[in-house]
Amino acid sequence: MIELLTSLLAITLRSGTSLIYATIGEIYTERSGVLNLGIEGMMLMSAVTSFAVVYHTGSLLLAILTAMAVGGLLASVHAFLSITMRANQVVSGLSITLFGAGMASFLGQRLGPETNSGYLVGLVGAKFEPLNIPVLSRIPVVGALFNQDILTYIVYLVLPLAWYYLYKTRNGLNLRAVGENPQTADAMGINVGKVRYIYTIIGGMLVGIGGAHLSLSYAPGWTENITGGRGWIVIALVIFSMWNPARAIWGALLFGGINAVQFRLQASGTNIPASYLNMLPYLATVVVLVMLTWWEALSKRVGAPSSLAKSYMREDK
Amino acid sequence: MSHPILEMKGITKRFPNVVANDRVDLELYPGEVLALLGENGAGKSSLMNVVAGLYRADEGEIFIRGKRVEINSPRDSMNLGVGMVHQNFMLVDTMTVAENIILGLPDIPFRVDMEKVNERIRELSEKYNLQVDPESYIWQLSVGEQQRVEILKLIYRGAEILILDEPTAVLTPQESKELNRVLQQMTSEGKSAVFITHKMEEVMAFSNWVRVLNKGRLVTVKETQKTNPKELAQLMVGRDVLFRLAKKERQTGDVILDLKDVQALDDKGLPALQSISLQIRAGEIMGVAGVAGNGQKQLVEVLTGLRKITGGQIRIFGEEMANKNPLEIINCGVSHIPADRIARGVAGDMSVAGNLAMKCYRKPPLVKRGILHPRRIIDLAKRMIDMFRIDTPTPQTHAKFLSGGNIQKIILAREIDACGGVLIAAYPSRGLDVGATEYIRSQMIEQSECGTAILLISEDLEELMTVADKIMVLYEGRIMDILASSEANTEQIGLLMAGVTEGKTAVGHA
Repeated sequence: MIELLTSLLAITLRSGTSLIYATIGEIYTERSGVLNLGIEGMMLMSAVTSFAVVYHTGSLLLAILTAMAVGGLLASVHAFLSITMRANQVVSGLSITLFGAGMASFLGQRLGPETNSGYLVGLVGAKFEPLNIPVLSRIPVVGALFNQDILTYIVYLVLPLAWYYLYKTRNGLNLRAVGENPQTADAMGINVGKVRYIYTIIGGMLVGIGGAHLSLSYAPGWTENITGGRGWIVIALVIFSMWNPARAIWGALLFGGINAVQFRLQASGTNIPASYLNMLPYLATVVVLVMLTWWEALSKRVGAPSSLAKSYMREDK
Repeated sequence: MSHPILEMKGITKRFPNVVANDRVDLELYPGEVLALLGENGAGKSSLMNVVAGLYRADEGEIFIRGKRVEINSPRDSMNLGVGMVHQNFMLVDTMTVAENIILGLPDIPFRVDMEKVNERIRELSEKYNLQVDPESYIWQLSVGEQQRVEILKLIYRGAEILILDEPTAVLTPQESKELNRVLQQMTSEGKSAVFITHKMEEVMAFSNWVRVLNKGRLVTVKETQKTNPKELAQLMVGRDVLFRLAKKERQTGDVILDLKDVQALDDKGLPALQSISLQIRAGEIMGVAGVAGNGQKQLVEVLTGLRKITGGQIRIFGEEMANKNPLEIINCGVSHIPADRIARGVAGDMSVAGNLAMKCYRKPPLVKRGILHPRRIIDLAKRMIDMFRIDTPTPQTHAKFLSGGNIQKIILAREIDACGGVLIAAYPSRGLDVGATEYIRSQMIEQSECGTAILLISEDLEELMTVADKIMVLYEGRIMDILASSEANTEQIGLLMAGVTEGKTAVGHA
């Protein structure tokens, strides 16, 4: 039993890590008033490019940096379209997802070695291995927390830091004001456009790490649609977290947890068809989200930044 | 006389289709208050937004402390010691007072020490007698308190040149006096202020100098002591103004609108109306006075079916109408002039004619077997445009292209035309120029003479005194008192608006 729980928690954390990175990234982006629906495409792009880099160079660090650069680059396209050009943010984000998905699939057939006629699918590269922390990792159940890869350990730090930065620092204060009321932020001398650019790009970089974690650790290698819609789950998890980075962990654990359970069920050879089990985490996320939103609306607590997805220009009335 | 601390020369600011400021000059001297007087749309706010860095002037020069300056952003303006309290407060509702005050300041440490900030705010609010808790959230504060936060913000930032854009619009007379005192204190320390207003009495009470703007142009510069309200009103409007309206003595009829013990919640689920009981008779105008946010909005909404009541009774023509939907209430004879005319009064992208027909389109002759008759709608619109003197190029023009006064006339025309005996009017003359205001007021009096029961909500006490027969004062969702307007005075109403009863008990629904 204890062994089962330990392994469930281990899988939960592994499948939750990429979600937490991406969710925190998107929370920061949305806190600045920019809605980025391009996450799915950005995660796919960073997953494929980071795996290609690690396959050819063997450097995990380089792969992660590539993923961040790719995520940041795609986010900056979104930033340019939605902040500078004042395009509709939903349309801009969706087009990034469509572009990213198609492009990632294309790159997956071109970035591989010639011996594999350019394909990345089916290749094996370096990956993040679990780092066993002595003593701690041997505690029953909780030990699973200390038998993870380095990216998961970093998440333990990122979560509280992201919370602290947002709520306790000058920059976090300015960021929240920009997403909440850009007119006021502007009048108080904050450069609204700059803040939005910065956090859209930082958000994109974090999403990039999320994508890389998939192809470098969770499901090492490149497969078509490796994200399995996780980019969309992230959008739901942001709402679930009420735009609070500290709460990003619960949503990720929920999705990851149910994922782990259904894995376990499949492995144990249940006669429920696998397709239904695969649906479970998504279904559960939607159900919990609807219930939560309903409850929040009932208790009149609305957490969305007031100016989310609204462009701002100074002399507009 | 010393040199001006702020000087503007030949400022021109153009918006698409409009010249907001046309070669305007301005001088402000240290330790003095300059009143900027003008009607709505005269260009007072845009002129000051140029100094605050929110607008960029198309032409003209600005000098501060004798030096020519370029102001390209609010930050530039702040660095020059300019601070502005905007008409729509620049506050983030979901943040605390202290967070709002330090927002955007570059010289606070990265890790904000809130205790230190709170301490400093308490010191300043002590010194200037501006009571406010630095740890409260903005949404918890009354409008008056929010304004204190705005002023504290300027003080905290050490602003030397203060710009106040119609600061008294949201205050009770007593709070206005309080503001005047703070302003005196600040100017005595050598700070200077520009005070935007369209009220003559405030010019007289607050300022040393007055500059009058009309349609974007500077009309005159006067020393306040050497002028008077009448002269200023003439200069501001460009003609003689009649403030008093002829109101005939009239007989009131049966009780039409009858509220008993009505209770309702606001959007946050907090009590907004607490046992409201009142009666309005046919031909009677009941004025509602109160500082904004004391239940006026909710009162209008429960009467028009836009908000549920949680207790009590609403009878209209003797029928129980509480918690009915808006259509049922319209059919019962209730017309509504909403407070937010753009959001709730008109569909901006629809034609003037469409907006005028928006209430009677369900009935013949405009509709036959479910099909609308466009020709008849246009005919109806033309009649109403004539009758109400709506200034529109054509009946097909989109409503959003009309001025605020004409949009209000569309609403008025539609609502009066469809009115079946009850009119709920929320701030009908807000933001309108003197001419349109006069017209709206006289229309309401005319309606009451035809036997309509009218509830008139207004922030303009002058309007309530001249138009309404009775004035009820709302404070924190309760009726403080109902006074006959012939016997009421502003001082007394002002105290009631602030929640002071002077030992008197409420008359209730007399």
